[in-house]
Amino acid sequence: MPTGSGWLSPAGSGRSLPGRGLLLLTVLVLLEGTVFRLGAASTPDVSGHDTKDHHKATAIGHNSTKKAFPVLDLDYGHIQTPFEISLWVLLASLMKLGFHLIPRLSGIVPESCLLIVVGLLVGGLIKIAGEKVPPVLDSRLFFLCLLPPIILDAGYFLPIRPFMENLGTILIFAVVGTLWNAFFIGGLLYAVCQIQTGNSSELNGLGLLPCLLFGSIISAVDPVAVLAVFEEIHINELLHILVFGESLLNDAVTVVLYHLFEEYSGVGTVTVMDGFLGIISFLVVALGGVLVGAIYGILAAFTSRFTSHTRVIEPLFVFVYSYIAYLSAEMFHLSGIMALIACGAVMRPYVEANISHKSHTTIKYFLKMWSSVSETLIFIFLGVATVDGPHFWNWTFVTVTVILCLVARVIGVVGLTYIINKFRIVKLTTKDQFIIAYGGLRGAIAFSLGFLLKEDHFPERNMFLTAIITVIFFTVFVQGMTIKPLVELLAVKKKQEAKRSINEEIHTQFLDHLLTGIEDICGHYGHHHWKDKLNRFNKKYVKKCLIAGERSKEPQLIAFYHKMEMKQAIQLVESGGGVKMPSAMPSTVSMQNIQPKKLPPPKTVERALPQLPKGREEEIRKILRSNLQRTRQRLHSYNRHTLVADPYEDGFDKFILKKQKIIELENKIKEMNNYLTVPAAPTDSPTMSRARLASDPQAFSVKPDSDSVPIIQVDLASPQSPDTVNVMDEFRRADQEENQGLMMRCPRGPSEPKKSEDTEGARDQQKLMRCLSDPGPSADEDEDEPFLP
Amino acid sequence: MGALQSAPGQPEYTDLAEKTGCPRFSPCVFSVSFEQIAVLHKRFKQLSHNEETLRRDHFEKIPDLACNPIRAQIIGAFFDKRNYRQNGEGSVEEIGFEEFLVVMSHFRPPSMHFTEEQREGIRREKLRFLFNMHDTDNDGTITLEEYRHVVEELLSRSGALGKETAKSIADAAMLEVASISMGHMEPDEFYEGITFEHFLKLLDGFEIESKMNIRFLNMDTATMCK
Repeated sequence: MPTGSGWLSPAGSGRSLPGRGLLLLTVLVLLEGTVFRLGAASTPDVSGHDTKDHHKATAIGHNSTKKAFPVLDLDYGHIQTPFEISLWVLLASLMKLGFHLIPRLSGIVPESCLLIVVGLLVGGLIKIAGEKVPPVLDSRLFFLCLLPPIILDAGYFLPIRPFMENLGTILIFAVVGTLWNAFFIGGLLYAVCQIQTGNSSELNGLGLLPCLLFGSIISAVDPVAVLAVFEEIHINELLHILVFGESLLNDAVTVVLYHLFEEYSGVGTVTVMDGFLGIISFLVVALGGVLVGAIYGILAAFTSRFTSHTRVIEPLFVFVYSYIAYLSAEMFHLSGIMALIACGAVMRPYVEANISHKSHTTIKYFLKMWSSVSETLIFIFLGVATVDGPHFWNWTFVTVTVILCLVARVIGVVGLTYIINKFRIVKLTTKDQFIIAYGGLRGAIAFSLGFLLKEDHFPERNMFLTAIITVIFFTVFVQGMTIKPLVELLAVKKKQEAKRSINEEIHTQFLDHLLTGIEDICGHYGHHHWKDKLNRFNKKYVKKCLIAGERSKEPQLIAFYHKMEMKQAIQLVESGGGVKMPSAMPSTVSMQNIQPKKLPPPKTVERALPQLPKGREEEIRKILRSNLQRTRQRLHSYNRHTLVADPYEDGFDKFILKKQKIIELENKIKEMNNYLTVPAAPTDSPTMSRARLASDPQAFSVKPDSDSVPIIQVDLASPQSPDTVNVMDEFRRADQEENQGLMMRCPRGPSEPKKSEDTEGARDQQKLMRCLSDPGPSADEDEDEPFLP
Repeated sequence: MGALQSAPGQPEYTDLAEKTGCPRFSPCVFSVSFEQIAVLHKRFKQLSHNEETLRRDHFEKIPDLACNPIRAQIIGAFFDKRNYRQNGEGSVEEIGFEEFLVVMSHFRPPSMHFTEEQREGIRREKLRFLFNMHDTDNDGTITLEEYRHVVEELLSRSGALGKETAKSIADAAMLEVASISMGHMEPDEFYEGITFEHFLKLLDGFEIESKMNIRFLNMDTATMCK
């Protein structure tokens, strides 16, 4: 199979980046074309030949002419389907790569346009080669394979707070807006067709119902197209959630209208009864879809409660439950999109509290990956299907459709905003309305729905498809390309760089409680009151069922705080283990600036640290190195069933205990004087110590049963003093393993009263951490390995 | 406006409406509307059992308020003279309807027709209200202790775990404020506390004028202007 991929290595040969990108694109497109031609050509021959051969051999036996044993055989038919699928996916991914190698282009033209063009090229090539274009935008493939990842990604990461706050607005736009669009477009098209009776005969037979059906297909704003375009323009959160939420929730309306008109187009009349049933059907479809999704979401959350021992398959539960929810909803002709959104949104808070950090990352990246590939494929297929599909161009119909779509959208948005603004606190300005109207993009869902129509019921199907494709092209190309400069021109508010700070979180919570309180004082059971009631119900009953262990009682503020700490700790490690925690703004403010002033430690008792003899130092270094190496080696082996234990998650309660201990002794520290020669803050809040503890979970965890604490004990005062032995006893008892080496301990004044072993031990552990994070007093640093991995 | 002309006790409502306006700007544009005043007056009478003044125990009798973690601070805000827009200080033991209304008027939403300057004024007013709630000793700064108290109250329902983490959360939050406001500090300098200006800077992107609103006080007051 001449793939020719050998010389296609992306690491070019001294060409410039744009040149390389273009070359890559053209070669890939050609490749795709040739593969398909060869594939189609060789399939019937090879597979037939093989089976015939086989039969001959078995039936006739050794009487047949002996063929040479095939050393190298070509059997394309065997692997054809998976191979072609993989090739399409590869093409999509390489396209995405390629576009970013040409920076100028991706700035002007949105990705979706480029992908459609690529699809057109590929489709053209296949057609030129004379082969039949595979029915890529087949509705089953689209609705069952390509659409779910995108919707799941959107639903799982849906920003719940702004969505709920604007739910009323979104619903009105989605339901009333889509209905208005459908009837306006359908009705006026019918009127135009009636007017045109004399001129063109093909428009003559167009009844009202097919027109309305067409209107309902074309009126729905498409989530895929909206996501693709809006992601690049970074518009403010409110507008984004309004347009995007509308595109998601109008699925229910589209489904009902589509089925209603399709069903009755054959009959020819729709009665009031049917209309009434349609409304009921809408409620069933929408609410049913949400219910199905919510049920599966709760199941997924419940399952994730028990996955603490099999962390590897946690992401799988999320994906499978969501997909089953989608399929179940589709089975009953309920709204699959709403089911998927509900499932993702319901399961997320509980699942995230239960799963490990790594699973969370896995879910995030898998969802992003699948949805990205899906989106790319959809646009490419749109291009291919355009080249392929039987077209019937009718100037009147197409132009009237395009104009009507625009007009209907504008009128709809303006009219609805006028009504909505009466009920909103934060009103929608004219600029907002313009962006909402302009962002009403149509996409592949409309095409697939059109494709689904049967030719015998709808002789005008080809005309419909042509018009749909034209509208899609128009919205994606024209509106997609111009929305970015328009946003700049109109100076629409952009998305604020989300820097979720602890202060904002505190004040969000504070404000919630404050507004709930004020509403109670007013005696007005509003928005906040019910939200508060729901939260309390959630905390009291639901969280207990669905979240494992201690985390179920964790208030939201604390959960947020832990998340931020984790993030900062990870940043700490990535930035090279500096002592200072990286903050958003470079500043030299540290914890000691905040703490209220204490009495300065009396200088008389301070002692200088005696210098280590050179030989001793070498010994220490060797032992440290070997211990750390051993640690690292031990942790590198794991089997498929257990990942490396993440000390931050497992044994959360042990962690809490340790934290309590550290807190206790922190109080004791406040009285004691601290003789560290390491330039650290005198009292480190648990934040800092936990950051250090958590930053390198592999080497320096505090878990007693972990075998990775490098216990290195060097008593500088006197190697065999009974003091050291006693102090470290607590730790030795806690650790099952025998001590492997030397422990560094800073000297204390002999006049120190002996404190309880507990606090001593833990405090020394803290000091150990601090000591180890700073290489210490020795001047020469000839270590080739970093001290901290 | 015709229906309102016949509202009882209207001259005193006009007076009250003026009082709830921000003194620097035209009171008409900012004030609470007459209908809202009437509703609030009814509620006031209900809460105070038809007495003239409200005391703290009246507030404490409200059943729904009992499970609110920051109940004490909310009630305290009503009796705090700093919120009466008369540049007073200290706290009182009982309040009349006028003070009740003035405190409630902090929660009205900004109208769409406001200019940028007016929006800024409303923002400052709301943030000032929040600041007063945090700054209990009225020294113009929120010290670490006061901030710790705020976070502790928020987490007051979580038991022992909450108390310890509250301290670290407050520390981290304070550190952030200091970083944002001061930028560079020597190791032995001490950050006194969050002043009102720092508070404004901190919650700059918070868009409080859209968040700190009670929906039922939302009536486009511009239409009520004479």
